[in-house]
Amino acid sequence: MDNLIALLIAAPLLGAAVLLCGGRRLDKTGHWLGTLLAAVSFATAVALFADMLGKGADDRAMHQRLFSWIPVEGFQADIAFQLDQLSMTFVLLITGVGTLIHVYSIGYMEHDERRRRFFGYLNLFVAAMLLLVLADNYLLLYFGWEGVGLASYLLIGFWQHKPSAATAAKKAFLVNRVGDIGLSIAIMLMFTTFGTFAFGPVLASAENATEGKLTAIGLMLLLAACGKSAQVPLQSWLGDAMEGPTPVSALIHAATMVTAGVYLIVRSADIFNAAPDAQLVVTIVGAVTLLFGAIVGCAKDDIKKALAGSTMSQIGYMILAAGLGPVGYVFAIMHLVTHGFFKAGLFLGAGSVMHGMNDEVDMRKYGGLRKYMPVTFITFGLGYLAIIGFPGLSGFFSKDKIIEAAFAKGGTEGWILGAVTLLGAAVTAYYMTRVMLMTFFGEKRWQPDADGRPPHPHESPKSMLVPMILLAVGSVGGGAVFEFSGFTEWLEPVTGFDHGHAPISAAAVTAATVAVMVIGVGLAYLQYGRKPVPVVAPRGSLLTRAARRDLLQDDLNHAVFVTGGTHLTRSLVYVDHTLVDGVVNGTAASVGGLSGRLRKLQNGYVRSYAVSMLGGTAVLIAATLLMRAV
Amino acid sequence: MNALTVHSMWTTAAEPLNKIPAPKIEYVQLAPVLIVVGAAVLGILAEAFVPRRGRYVTQVFLTLLALAASFAAVVALAAGGYGTTKAHIAAMGAIAVDGPALFLQGTIILASVVAVLTFAERRLDPADHGHKVDSFAAEAAAVPGGDHEKAAVKAGFTTTEVFPLALFAIAGMLVFPAANDLLTLFIALEVFSLPLYLLCAVARRKRLMSQEAALKYFLLGAFSSAFLLFGIALLYGYAGSVSYATIAGVVDGSVGSVDPALAQTMGNDALLLIGFALVLMGLLFKVGAVPFHMWTPDVYQGAPTPVTGFMAAATKVAAFGALLRLLYVVLPGLTWDWRPVMWGVAIVTMLGGAIVAITQTDIKRLLAYSSIAHAGFLLAGVIAATPSGISSVLFYLGAYSFVTIGAFAVVTLVRDAGGEATHLSKWAGLGRRSPLVAAVFAVFLLAFAGIPLTSGFSGKFAVFKAAAEGGAGALVVVGVIASAIAAFFYIRVIVLMFFSEPKADGPTVAVPSVLTTLTITAGVVVTLVLGLAPQYFLDLAGQASVFVR
Repeated sequence: MDNLIALLIAAPLLGAAVLLCGGRRLDKTGHWLGTLLAAVSFATAVALFADMLGKGADDRAMHQRLFSWIPVEGFQADIAFQLDQLSMTFVLLITGVGTLIHVYSIGYMEHDERRRRFFGYLNLFVAAMLLLVLADNYLLLYFGWEGVGLASYLLIGFWQHKPSAATAAKKAFLVNRVGDIGLSIAIMLMFTTFGTFAFGPVLASAENATEGKLTAIGLMLLLAACGKSAQVPLQSWLGDAMEGPTPVSALIHAATMVTAGVYLIVRSADIFNAAPDAQLVVTIVGAVTLLFGAIVGCAKDDIKKALAGSTMSQIGYMILAAGLGPVGYVFAIMHLVTHGFFKAGLFLGAGSVMHGMNDEVDMRKYGGLRKYMPVTFITFGLGYLAIIGFPGLSGFFSKDKIIEAAFAKGGTEGWILGAVTLLGAAVTAYYMTRVMLMTFFGEKRWQPDADGRPPHPHESPKSMLVPMILLAVGSVGGGAVFEFSGFTEWLEPVTGFDHGHAPISAAAVTAATVAVMVIGVGLAYLQYGRKPVPVVAPRGSLLTRAARRDLLQDDLNHAVFVTGGTHLTRSLVYVDHTLVDGVVNGTAASVGGLSGRLRKLQNGYVRSYAVSMLGGTAVLIAATLLMRAV
Repeated sequence: MNALTVHSMWTTAAEPLNKIPAPKIEYVQLAPVLIVVGAAVLGILAEAFVPRRGRYVTQVFLTLLALAASFAAVVALAAGGYGTTKAHIAAMGAIAVDGPALFLQGTIILASVVAVLTFAERRLDPADHGHKVDSFAAEAAAVPGGDHEKAAVKAGFTTTEVFPLALFAIAGMLVFPAANDLLTLFIALEVFSLPLYLLCAVARRKRLMSQEAALKYFLLGAFSSAFLLFGIALLYGYAGSVSYATIAGVVDGSVGSVDPALAQTMGNDALLLIGFALVLMGLLFKVGAVPFHMWTPDVYQGAPTPVTGFMAAATKVAAFGALLRLLYVVLPGLTWDWRPVMWGVAIVTMLGGAIVAITQTDIKRLLAYSSIAHAGFLLAGVIAATPSGISSVLFYLGAYSFVTIGAFAVVTLVRDAGGEATHLSKWAGLGRRSPLVAAVFAVFLLAFAGIPLTSGFSGKFAVFKAAAEGGAGALVVVGVIASAIAAFFYIRVIVLMFFSEPKADGPTVAVPSVLTTLTITAGVVVTLVLGLAPQYFLDLAGQASVFVR
């Protein structure tokens, strides 16, 4: 079975190669081929999963070594895979949700003449993401990491004819570079510290390294995670990334790629466990981001951007949980998977709404859609209930566990983190209810589109509805399945698990969670359910206006990095012009001047040439004699 | 006086004569030189007896055949072990047959072959009165612009004497680095210099300039020969012999009194040092080292361009060979005397050549100054005073000679109504008009500048490495600075060719015959091969780096 691991990656990779190189003759069949290969990968994953379940908890990890990639004396990098319980969870999520989104895209991208290319990129993404989670060393992981970055760039900018999409792709790419530098530095530090970058030896000997080094590695890994998972301070690209087609937003920018940062931190658990300072920073980043994303989500009128803020916020939960150590690793992954279901479902629902509304994204121009799109309404509604943590649905179990774990951190930190996660849960309930009410309830606020066509909302084709229904099933049942099937025991051999010492009882936390959820929903209902929603957004408070501008993230980046960078460049150019060029030109001018003067010695007269030779000979003789005398 | 008396006079006189030993000449080992000299003599006879129409073909064929045979002889000798294990001194101590000699002779012959191909080029200028013309005057003795010249042109005369003259020069050059006593050295010098003076004078275009160049070269060459000869005399006074081995023996004290008549001057260090400095000056004149370089730009510019290429390459190889043998075989005991002096010469040569080249506006003068700077780089390798110094200089000479001949061959192609368009302003935009020619020239310029992947880099790296290992690190620093300065004017020509607008009345690029094409191709191939895969040739030079004593 171990040798099947490569097939997981090979199938979508083959699809990408065939679709991208195959040319127009595949235009009619390409999307079927892409979907089929994604499904092959999913089927392989299921087979491997079944095989893994049949083994004992401690020898479930599988390995496959393909070939030596960079064999250098003292520097060995292999193309080798490791499939353990953590990777398996991701593989099932990536191939499962990935296959559903391939199916959805068949309908969604039906009228796009570049559909074949779109499926090629999707397959490329799936292959790269699988490589990321299957690599058995950090260098190969880095390869996959860059691969998903490339696929993300290509897909955000898929509608490259729109300047906004091209700019958004570039922004995502640039911000991710900052994080990627963190990952490359972390790998270099690992190599100098441990002499290798394979997971096994690095993690096994992590305890032997000094805490300073581990903290440095941990912080660099966190920087990488911030870039890929859109955490503060590298969060600014995710909102703009919604310029990509909606299936991309669902797969890459909600369910899978953006959670790679969580994977990285959980995978490096042994390093973080031995570096408490780095862990503290991880929890702070998670806490700040979960509030940041939630506040932004409250103010956005663009349905996809509201969901993007929500994604950021939910990943903040996961990062926070991952920063808690063995208390939280399992719940970070659990929330990651349930979030993969319901957030993908929500995005597909949003895509379905846009599909029926002439690609309108402004929720102020929706309203009352529940009658026109009943299936979308129900699946979206189930996703909504899941994300706000309605008791019994998947988000309830996973988020509740994270809040409990935050309190269980202990001490003042535990109280602060617990309060933040509770506040986040209230805000989540508020903004998601707002989305729900503005889209599906209230009176119709439909506007004709730019070409003057009034919208005719209708239900989407079956190819789009089936994935939405399946994801809704996952959103409803996923949490309960994990809760009662022993997900903790499943992951424990890889991540470790610790109950911690909760200062308050689990029941109290659950009650508080449900209470704040109700408060959030109630507030939103008062504001958006009881009163009509204005088509033109009111001016709003200072906070609202700031939140609409993504809490001034771009203004800050512009002021600090763009303006600062421009000033730095200008001053460097000034120094270059005056000092460097001055020295260079001065030298050149003096050499040139010397040349002009020496040239005059060459006057064309044999007599002066002869004198020069005579003088030279005299000097030669004198120097020779002088050397002897000295 | 009766018959008996007469008989006894004959017989008694004959007694002591019998005691003079007949000189023993190893003809086979001298074959490379003898073949070339023999072919030159045949060439003179051909000038006398072959009808005018057939002379060109006869001479070209004879010259190339002789060079090929001579090269075969060199290869055979090297394969026979004369470069390594069987190296010895032939011809009664006059000529060394050893690794450096054979390597340099091979280099000189190969460089001469490609140079002779450019001598024979007759396609560049349009036919004159129905006769194909080459780079040489119709009749060199005719007054420029006179009626006699016009008649000669009309009659289709050509100076086919250039081929035997070149062969004589080559013969002298072959002996020069192998000469193992000072008299042979001097005679070889004159044998190759005199034909070169003549060759410089026979340009077809700009004849007055050509004749002026030849006269300057002759006057200054004679001047330097006088110094060299005086130096030889002083060294004879010091050692009582002109043989390299004996002089070296007297210097290190292993040879005592040689000639009672010289007892008073024997071992007088003043004679040694002054004589050494004068001989050194004679050789530095030939390699074009500052301050004995001033003939170079004028002569390079005035001489017919094929001759310039030949001179710049082959003369430099021969002269550096002789310099190496003098310093390593005759004066190893004087290393601490000659090294500081040579340091100074190398520094002023590198910097002087590079700096003055910056303000040159004529491509031939630019290449002349470039050759001066390269002489400086070569001197840095000579100064290393180690086996790797010898091998690096040998390699550099081989690499440099092909680049030089190739570059001058390209210069012959760029022409306007007045012949070759050598002013740099006319080369503006050449890359747009003739991308191939400009690209080839750019390769040569990059090799001159020592850019990696060209032979210039391999050579310069080998020389500087040897110099640094030989304790001349400061010299290497100066060399790198000079290289940086030199890179400026090489790159400037490339910029001029590729990034300037071509002028409306710019030159045309002549389409050469297969001869010049072969020369340029050989230049490019050698430049790239020695740049990309130099190891085999570095090893070859390394094997050939031991002088026989």
